[in-house]
Amino acid sequence: MLAAIKQFFSKHLSALNDEATALNERQAIYSGIKGFLLDVFRFTIILGVCYVIMGPVFGIIANSFFSNKDAYNPMVYLIPQAPTLERYQMAIKILDYLPTMLRSLAYSFALMLLQILTCSMVGYGFARYKFPLKNLLFGCVVVMIVIPAHTIMLPLYMTFRTFDPLGIVSAVTGSPANLMGTPVPLALMTALGCGLRSGLYIYIFNQFFRGLPKEIEEAALVDGAGTWYTYFFIMLRNAMPSVITVAVFSLVWQYNDTFYAKLFHLPQSMSIGTRISSLVANIANQYKIMDKTIQTLYLDAGIVLMMIPVVLIYVILQKQFIEGVERSGIVG
Amino acid sequence: MKKKHFLTLTQKRTVSGYLFILPWLVGFAAFYIRSLFMTVQFSLSSLSVGVSGYSLRWVGLKNYIYAFTVHGNFKQILTTSVINMLVDVPLIIFFSLFMALMLNRKMKGRTWIRAIFFLPVILNAEAIVDAIETAAAMVATGVSSSSQEVAQEAAGSMGIDYYINLFGNLMISRDMLEYIVGAVSRITSIVSASGVQIVIFIAALQSIPSSLYEVAKIEGATGYETFWKVTFPMVMPHIITNVVYTVVDSFVSSDVVNLAYETAFTEFNYGLSSVFSLVSTVVTCLILVLVCGFISKRTFYYN
Repeated sequence: MLAAIKQFFSKHLSALNDEATALNERQAIYSGIKGFLLDVFRFTIILGVCYVIMGPVFGIIANSFFSNKDAYNPMVYLIPQAPTLERYQMAIKILDYLPTMLRSLAYSFALMLLQILTCSMVGYGFARYKFPLKNLLFGCVVVMIVIPAHTIMLPLYMTFRTFDPLGIVSAVTGSPANLMGTPVPLALMTALGCGLRSGLYIYIFNQFFRGLPKEIEEAALVDGAGTWYTYFFIMLRNAMPSVITVAVFSLVWQYNDTFYAKLFHLPQSMSIGTRISSLVANIANQYKIMDKTIQTLYLDAGIVLMMIPVVLIYVILQKQFIEGVERSGIVG
Repeated sequence: MKKKHFLTLTQKRTVSGYLFILPWLVGFAAFYIRSLFMTVQFSLSSLSVGVSGYSLRWVGLKNYIYAFTVHGNFKQILTTSVINMLVDVPLIIFFSLFMALMLNRKMKGRTWIRAIFFLPVILNAEAIVDAIETAAAMVATGVSSSSQEVAQEAAGSMGIDYYINLFGNLMISRDMLEYIVGAVSRITSIVSASGVQIVIFIAALQSIPSSLYEVAKIEGATGYETFWKVTFPMVMPHIITNVVYTVVDSFVSSDVVNLAYETAFTEFNYGLSSVFSLVSTVVTCLILVLVCGFISKRTFYYN
């Protein structure tokens, strides 16, 4: 009797177990399919957005090789039938490419060094020292991020057009100096932490230094390092990720900048961006090429030329750069 | 030297703190604060530039009255800029959050994909942006010659409207539908405006402690619930950062700024230009304060 009951139960139990495993298997299959579909979905979206970003870039590159015939042939799409290098030859000639690009890069590089020096110092000061009015002053840094230089462009223009801080310049030379057309105004502003997007860089450095352990500085202090030695040789070295981030940002944005270049009448030989914006007008005036479609092709070649150094820098540094952005966080 | 001995350690640190921020402090006072005052002053006067400097003549509120009552298109440009901003900000924020969620997985070629997503930030020069917009229109139509006419023709022949109306049957209101369609048609500008935001969101997602997800899993939360109860509240604070960034970015490239620039440097009407700058900045700041106040009330701060 007992054996019979046992047998009955075990039979039903095993049936129950079988059912459960079948259910589990089905669930596993379902979740497998779900995961697969999700992956496909994600892949599609990412691919699509990558296309949206890269498509125009490829379009510009392809366009720059188009000959006149290709430009008017509606059958030609992205791959030119009669590719030509004429656009590049012309663009290189008009842009005075290599010298302009190198000068432009050197200018941006010098300003980048200034940015790193000043902004890291200020960021460090805000991150590690306590002093009265600190919160208010840091609020001012945020204000600097929020209020763009476009709001104060006129006073800046006027200030540097008749540059006379505290009457020193006019005391020495007799009249205020006109700094328009020289790289001095922006260099001065950058050195004083008010350059192109300096507020953002100060913020990035501040966030990063706040995240570093205090023990580093204490050890340095115990070993007899002074304030400035600690900052330059210990803290700044530890801040390499954010230094790279700021370096790439400031180099590239400075190189791309046309706003300050135009505002301070920076000579065209030092700013490839302003040269590009007058490229079409130059082509129309000098070579009498009035056709809008053809003008665009020359412009595209010029833009490819302008992008080359930036993209190279970015490709070389992209890994450190992206990691730096994520670690040192522009993130609050 | 003697005086130094009287300073306590705290005082010394205060002094070096000020020394560290001194360059910026000087620059901020000399360039920003002074310039803001000068902008206000300029906006209240008529300014004429001579060889050795400029001279101001007080005209009171005349420039403001002119800007708002006489000037042809200032009001219109200001409102369109503000509306564009208000339309774009939520789109960019949601798009970048969505993309960050997509990208925040282990997958092959992850660094390269992120590099591509960040590319628009690198290529943000004025000339490049313009060229990219033209090229985007070209690539979208698939025809290399003239851009906009072909785009319209293509849109007409594909019967886009028919498909849009198809969605109209799905209980989505007409306005909402138009908003989404508009967003899709501006996808290039939205994508290229959200590079930094995506990276900020990715960093935010990675800073969420994984124990929270474990708890959610043990408690039996579905993916949907986990997103709304864990992920979303944890990235909430970064939404404010992103809103500020987006608003400022779109303000800098808006038409109002161009108008102010042109009024100053091609029409040489400096007073009017200052009015434009000031008014648009004040409007932007107001929007920022309102939006941030609205969001931060609903924000959950983990720490």
